[in-house]
Amino acid sequence: MLRFLARRAAWFALTTWVVITLAFFLLRAAPGGPFSSERKLHPSVEAALREQYHLDWPLWKQYLHTLGPLNLDERGWLGDGADPFGGVLAGDFGPSMQHRDVSVNDVLASSLPISITLGSLALALALVLGLSAGVASAHSPGSKLDQSVRALATGGLVLPNFVLASLLVLVFAFWIPVLPVAGFGTPRHLVLPSLALALPFAAYIARLSRAGLLETLSKDYIRTARAKGASRARILWKHAMRGALAPVVSYLGPAAAGVLTGSLVIERIFAIPGAGTHFIASALNRDYTLAMGVTVVYAVLVFGFNTLVDVAYTLLDPRLDLEQEA
Amino acid sequence: MPRPMMAHAPAVWIRRTLAALLVALVVGAVLASALGTRRERADFVFTGGGEVRSLDPHAATGIPEGRVIRALFEGLVVRDPQTLAPAPGCAETWEVSPDGRTYTFHLRPDARWSNGDPVTAADFVWSWTRLLEPRTAAEYAAQLWCVEGAREFASGGDGARDPTLLGLRALDERTFEVRLAEVQPRFLDVLCFYAFVPLHRASIEALQARHPTSWGTLWTRPEHLVSNGAYYLAERRIHERIRLAKSPHYWDADGVAMRTIDVLALESWSSALNLYLTGEIDWVDGAIPSNLVGQLTQREDFRATPYLGVYFYRVNTTRPPLDDVRVRQALSRTVRRAEITNKVLKAGQAPNHSFTPWGRIGDYVAPAMAPGDPAAAASLLAAAGFATPASKGAGKPFPKLELHFNSSETHRALAEVVAHHWKQALGIDAKLRNQEWKAFLSAQSSLDYDLSRSSWIGDYADPGNFLEIWTSDSPNNRTGWKNARYDELIARARGTLVGAQRNALYREAEQILLNELPCIPIYSYVSQNLVNPRLGGFDDNALNEPSLSRLYWRDGVELDAARKADKRGKKRAPAPGPINGLRSPRMDALLFDASGGAQGRPLNEEQR
Repeated sequence: MLRFLARRAAWFALTTWVVITLAFFLLRAAPGGPFSSERKLHPSVEAALREQYHLDWPLWKQYLHTLGPLNLDERGWLGDGADPFGGVLAGDFGPSMQHRDVSVNDVLASSLPISITLGSLALALALVLGLSAGVASAHSPGSKLDQSVRALATGGLVLPNFVLASLLVLVFAFWIPVLPVAGFGTPRHLVLPSLALALPFAAYIARLSRAGLLETLSKDYIRTARAKGASRARILWKHAMRGALAPVVSYLGPAAAGVLTGSLVIERIFAIPGAGTHFIASALNRDYTLAMGVTVVYAVLVFGFNTLVDVAYTLLDPRLDLEQEA
Repeated sequence: MPRPMMAHAPAVWIRRTLAALLVALVVGAVLASALGTRRERADFVFTGGGEVRSLDPHAATGIPEGRVIRALFEGLVVRDPQTLAPAPGCAETWEVSPDGRTYTFHLRPDARWSNGDPVTAADFVWSWTRLLEPRTAAEYAAQLWCVEGAREFASGGDGARDPTLLGLRALDERTFEVRLAEVQPRFLDVLCFYAFVPLHRASIEALQARHPTSWGTLWTRPEHLVSNGAYYLAERRIHERIRLAKSPHYWDADGVAMRTIDVLALESWSSALNLYLTGEIDWVDGAIPSNLVGQLTQREDFRATPYLGVYFYRVNTTRPPLDDVRVRQALSRTVRRAEITNKVLKAGQAPNHSFTPWGRIGDYVAPAMAPGDPAAAASLLAAAGFATPASKGAGKPFPKLELHFNSSETHRALAEVVAHHWKQALGIDAKLRNQEWKAFLSAQSSLDYDLSRSSWIGDYADPGNFLEIWTSDSPNNRTGWKNARYDELIARARGTLVGAQRNALYREAEQILLNELPCIPIYSYVSQNLVNPRLGGFDDNALNEPSLSRLYWRDGVELDAARKADKRGKKRAPAPGPINGLRSPRMDALLFDASGGAQGRPLNEEQR
């Protein structure tokens, strides 16, 4: 296990470096810059702005400054030393180029907890809804319940989350006005967005767990348990569940990544001040520093979650050995 | 290698951990959202679109920023929300010397900062010096270059700058003198813009001393920001909301009704619309998507007002065949503009036959360009040597044109219609090419296009604001078009004090522009507002700049009266809000006097 984690850490370092480097050069390669606008800036103003954000430096120096951990500007290592460290590796993403009152760290500090709240709520909801639907469905295959769950699951899978979100808003905010249409601040504001985010994943989890359960239920050891006189509920929960859970857990990795990217759309629709909004806007605005910050954070989140899922997966199925992964 | 602990007892352990984790996630998430401050709804809530990019008046440039900054700060003069003419703001009175070069402003004795400090002439000297300082990198600094010494100050090196050489002087605590090096006939209009408000020197410098390595914008945070307008900054949550609270130190605090105002950052117009329809916000502006235009424009709460903006196509005059003026004229004369405004846009926009939006600004009346005429256009094209549908094969085939626009459904729909008009009348094939915004701007700047969509919004009501972008040295020209006579006329107009003479110069210049057509004007904008019918004091104007400090809530009687007076015959819309209204202390006092008793009676138009 330790060796597995150490190897993962090494991969993590490499991945992060590649992400930073790619993000840096791709952003700079895109046409336009953070200060281009329909009303063109006076050349002297643009020069002053470029100087302020070090865009007048040669690209290699900008890259090293962005990467860190040494701060290369006049306040840093070579200057007066007030801020010797800076850059991504020092956990300092610098000032946002579009939101000129705040640093990228400020933006992330205020938006990331919101996105994580929404994401974990959605994931938990997806698990609860998906598993219960899956179990209910597998409990009596072919029944009315099973058929409707399967129909609903197919519906949840084919509907994109923004359509689902609009439907939910229409029903629960306009036709039956019980929930707010958008905004953030109270738990009620989270119901519709987390539902909209969770439902497609819940649908997939329902199908996975149903299939897993049905397969497990046909195994010999289940027949043994049944012969032993164990109740149907006990067989389902105690004996079959573990086998059925494995595919669901391995799906959690991609699902977490999916929830993260799904929240880009959902946050916009429900006006939730999370990090997803910045993901798109910063790239479109050529806000180099903010785009870098959001990209790195998302990469770290996805990587971390996949590692967690891999660990959980082996814990669930001892036949798998992380050490032999290589 | 066997691992007994894990091999034997994983199930219970894992199931419990997973279950516990799940529960923790949900509880944590709900708690986290509940802990997010639960605040009362502000008296007035609106959205100006996306996140306000900066509250530093010297760094901000946009329209959403302007709405907040004008509520927080007050310059020497402010625009009258009805006429847009400069009116007393922080300055009570002013004098202009006969040569138009010296302005003396007398500040109000009761003008105060939100911390109680008096607003002084020295505050203005310091703030404007900061604005001109190259390191501030303020876009609007160039507007002050007409001040004596400003140009030298702005372009001098770090050591060479001497603020004492600037034509800005505090004659005493309350008298501020500005000397201009060049005559600027619209100087007062310029000063209404939010970049020229005073900033609180003491608090900004104290913060800089305490945090010498900060990015220099710490002072815009709610705990530090000191402002001199009707409101102060109570709270700011990035990408969520800005809360403004009424400043008790504002000189006209008695005239301000709304005690708190929330400005929501909403990226998506449809979310804003949803919030409006459920009564969560009171004012939304922004272009209504074409599928909703029909429905929303029928409602009484939809307000469309001519807006100081023009939609046009730039023509790349360096590329054949567009370098031929006859080709440009032919293209312009075959666009059926009325069809575009009536069938595509439908929200009240008007066809534009000049570059000046709505054909006039104040007392300036723009010349009109040659009227639409497909036959005349075809003969122009034939004269340029190209084949037309009527020429029966004579002339060379017209090369394929590219119509360039930034990705948006409206721009695409419009481009399709225009391309269709050209195909029909001239047999010209125009290919549509859309690009994402920044790539689009970059292509436009490097003249990598044939025809490119553009728009221009005025900062204040003056034709110069629109015509100056077409001079040869303007960075906003971006068509390769140059005309020496045009440059000369604009330069002369800029230095002409007498309005009628200036207008004549502008008219001659615009006539050149409309003959030469480096741009093909299409339509004039309207502002598109959805405003809660209960809201009073919301003035429609050509800049879509209602004054937030004048807003109030009408009570039932006044709302009914206003609805009766509304002759547009539109569908009733819900008017949520305080049933008894919410008026400023001054309006309440007037009401009290007028009714001669404690019984409130709504004010009618005359009394207000």
